Amino acid sequence: MEVLSTIRVPAKLDHLHALIDMVSNCAKEQGLGEKRINEIEIAAEEALVNIFHYAYQGQGGDVEISCKVERGRTFTIEIIDSGMPFDPFSVSEPDTTLDVAERQIGGIGVFLIKKLMDEVTYQRDNNKNILTLTVDLKT
Amino acid sequence: MEITTRQEKDATVVMVQGRIDAVTAPEFENHLSSLIEKGGRRFIINLGALEYISSAGLRSILATAKRLKAEQGDIRFSGLQGPVEEVFKISGFYSIFKIFDSDASAINDV
Repeated sequence: MEVLSTIRVPAKLDHLHALIDMVSNCAKEQGLGEKRINEIEIAAEEALVNIFHYAYQGQGGDVEISCKVERGRTFTIEIIDSGMPFDPFSVSEPDTTLDVAERQIGGIGVFLIKKLMDEVTYQRDNNKNILTLTVDLKT
Repeated sequence: MEITTRQEKDATVVMVQGRIDAVTAPEFENHLSSLIEKGGRRFIINLGALEYISSAGLRSILATAKRLKAEQGDIRFSGLQGPVEEVFKISGFYSIFKIFDSDASAINDV
């Protein structure tokens, strides 16, 4: 897989827009449509915001995000942090049928990632969380 | 993100443009909170010009809706389109909220 672009920044909300812009530009260069790019931006934001809020438990740390492509086949966003282990597959899905009073605030982010992407992988390796979000380039 | 508010009959129509993400969602929620504090109880949120919403935006909406429910208020949505409509559908918001094609139909429906 070819790496198109990588940024490493402190895991803070202040950097969200810069990171999303990078992801969005990479996706645009691969010829992805506006709708798919919007979905990629949402998935990337959800993953990043989880890291900003929970990975380092109030202590500082970095997040690294890369855009990768397998030409003509897949476009992948890889997000790496060195914070607390967090396996998105361990999060239970929100009950989307509950009404306003009963509906819980949490759990929607990970759910959106899984629904919007074609493939999501998580790996804990060398004290790092490695999350990949992949979409198919063939339409 | 840009928010414009107008009053129509007893409804407060809030039009939000641009993006509601983790950075802008608190501003959106604060804006709605201040309208509730000023006595607003019936809200129509027009999302026709909203380009993007993430779970942070959904959370603001849910928090506002819970607050309004406690005050016997009401929140309705109009103009859903594109990716925002898709996110509403996936998250189940499409079925828990009252969704209308236009502000007029949202205001006039009893």
